[in-house]
Amino acid sequence: MRLTLREVSLGLRRAPLLSVLSVLTIAFSLFAFGLFGLVALNVSEALKRVEERVEIRAFIADGAPIEAVSAAVGDIASFPEVARVDIITPEQALARARKEMGEFQDVFDAAVLPASLEIRLKPGYRDPRTVRAVAERVKTYSFVDDVRYGEEWVQKLYNIRNIAGATGLVLGIAFAGVAVIIIGSTIRMTVLARAREISIMRLVGATDAFVRLPFLVDGFVKGVVGGLLALAMAWIAYRLIDQTLGIDSTFFQSGSAALGVVAGGVIGLLGSALSVGRHLRDV
Amino acid sequence: MIRFSHVTKEYPRTGVALNNASFHVAKGEFAFLTGPSGAGKSTILKLVYMEERPTSGEVRVGGMRSSDIKRREIPKLRRRLGIVFQDFRLLEDRTAEQNIAFALEVTGTPREAIPPKVGRLLTQVGLASKGTSLPRELSGGEQQRVAIARALVNDPVLLIADEPSGNLDERATRGIFQLLRDINASGTAVLMATHNLELVRRSEYRVIEVNRGQIVFDSAEPRPDQPPPAAV
Repeated sequence: MRLTLREVSLGLRRAPLLSVLSVLTIAFSLFAFGLFGLVALNVSEALKRVEERVEIRAFIADGAPIEAVSAAVGDIASFPEVARVDIITPEQALARARKEMGEFQDVFDAAVLPASLEIRLKPGYRDPRTVRAVAERVKTYSFVDDVRYGEEWVQKLYNIRNIAGATGLVLGIAFAGVAVIIIGSTIRMTVLARAREISIMRLVGATDAFVRLPFLVDGFVKGVVGGLLALAMAWIAYRLIDQTLGIDSTFFQSGSAALGVVAGGVIGLLGSALSVGRHLRDV
Repeated sequence: MIRFSHVTKEYPRTGVALNNASFHVAKGEFAFLTGPSGAGKSTILKLVYMEERPTSGEVRVGGMRSSDIKRREIPKLRRRLGIVFQDFRLLEDRTAEQNIAFALEVTGTPREAIPPKVGRLLTQVGLASKGTSLPRELSGGEQQRVAIARALVNDPVLLIADEPSGNLDERATRGIFQLLRDINASGTAVLMATHNLELVRRSEYRVIEVNRGQIVFDSAEPRPDQPPPAAV
C-alpha cells in the first residue's frame, strides 16, 4: 500500500496539469449531474407539497346522529390508507369559506354549509385509484350525503408526477452515463500518459492487480475531490438562485450530499478500472 | 530452458510473422538470434516472454507452456526472466537506483532488502558511482547497463536481449556484450537478438538465423548444404 500511495502521489506530482484537468472534468460532470439532481429534488418537493393537499371530503346529511358520525371517524381513521380524519362543523366550514372565497364575505349563517369529514391520506396512497377506493368506502356510510375529492385534479397530479419521475429517471441515467464516459476518458488519458511505466511494470513481472491498484486509488481520490468541488459549485448555484430569484428551494440533505461525493469516488474508481483494464488487455 | 515446437505466429493485419519454427535453447546457453529487420526475431522474443501466444505450435519456457499458461501466471514467468531492449525502457524521472529498485518493489521484495541488492547490481554492471544519476545524465551504454541491472533483479534463469546494442557505439557495444558474457558465465542463459554480424562472427556462441519468419540456420544443427558463418 505504501508503494501504491507513493506511485499515486508521484503521478499527481509528475503531471499536475493533467491531474487538475482530470479533477475539474470530474467536478464539472458531477456538477451538471448535481444541478439536474437539484432540479429533480425541488420538482419532487413541490409535487409532494401539492400532493399533501389531496383530501376526501364527505358531506354529512342534516340530522345525522352524532354518535354514528363519531364512530365512523374512528372507523375511517383506522383505514390503512388514512392519515387523519377531521370533522368540519358548518361554522368551521363557513369560517374557512369566508377566508378563502370572497363571495362568502357577506354570509353569516353557517347553516348554508353542511358539516363534513375531511380525510387526508398517507403518502404513497394518494394515487387516483386509492383515493377513489377510499371515497367509495366512505360513501357507504348511511349519513354521508356526498363525497368529493377532485377526481380530475388528482388524476392530473398523478400524471404530472409520473411524467416528472420518468423524465427524471431517464435524464438522470443519461447524465450519469455521460459523467461516467467523460470521467473514464479523462482517466484513460492518465493511463496513456503512464503507458511506459505500465509496460515496464509488466515486463519485470508485476501482476495486473499490482499495476491496477495505483490507478484505482488515483481514480477514487480524483472522484472524491471532484465530487467535493461539484458539491461546492452546486451549493453556490443553489444560493445564487435562492437569493436572486427568491425561490424557496431545497438543497441536498447532508446524507445525500455525502452520497454524491462517494458516488464521485465510485465513478472515478469505475472509470479507472475500465480504462486500465482495457489498457492491460490491449498491451 | 526454451523450446519452440512447430511454432507459427500470424497477425491479423500483417500476416505470418513466424512459420513452423522449432528450436531449443539449453539452460545456461548463450544464443544469438540474427536476421534482417522484420525477419521475426522480436516475435520470437515476445513469444519467449509470453507477450504473444503462438497461433499454432507450442512454446515452453522454464517449464511453462504457452498452450496452458494462464494470464495471471505470466508475471511468475517474467520474474524468472530478465528482458532488455534497444531503447532501454528506463523511467526518465527516476534515478538509476530508483529504476532498479522499482523492479524489486513491484515484485514484492522486502523493503530492507532493496538498497543492498540495488548496490550490488550497480556494482555488477560497473555503475556503482552513478546510482543517483537520472537516465538523461548517463550515456547510452550506461543507460543500457542500468537496464541490464534492472533485468537481473530477480536473478533470472534467462536473459532476453532485443538488440541491446542497437543504439550504442562500437565501444559501448563491446562493453555491453562483455557484461552479457559475464552474466552468462555465472549460469544465466542469454538469448540475444542482434543485427551486429561483426559481434556474432567474433564470438563462439550459437547462432539462430531467422528470415521471413523461418529459421534458416541454426549453428547447433548445421545443415550440409548451408555451412555456418566463417567465424562461428
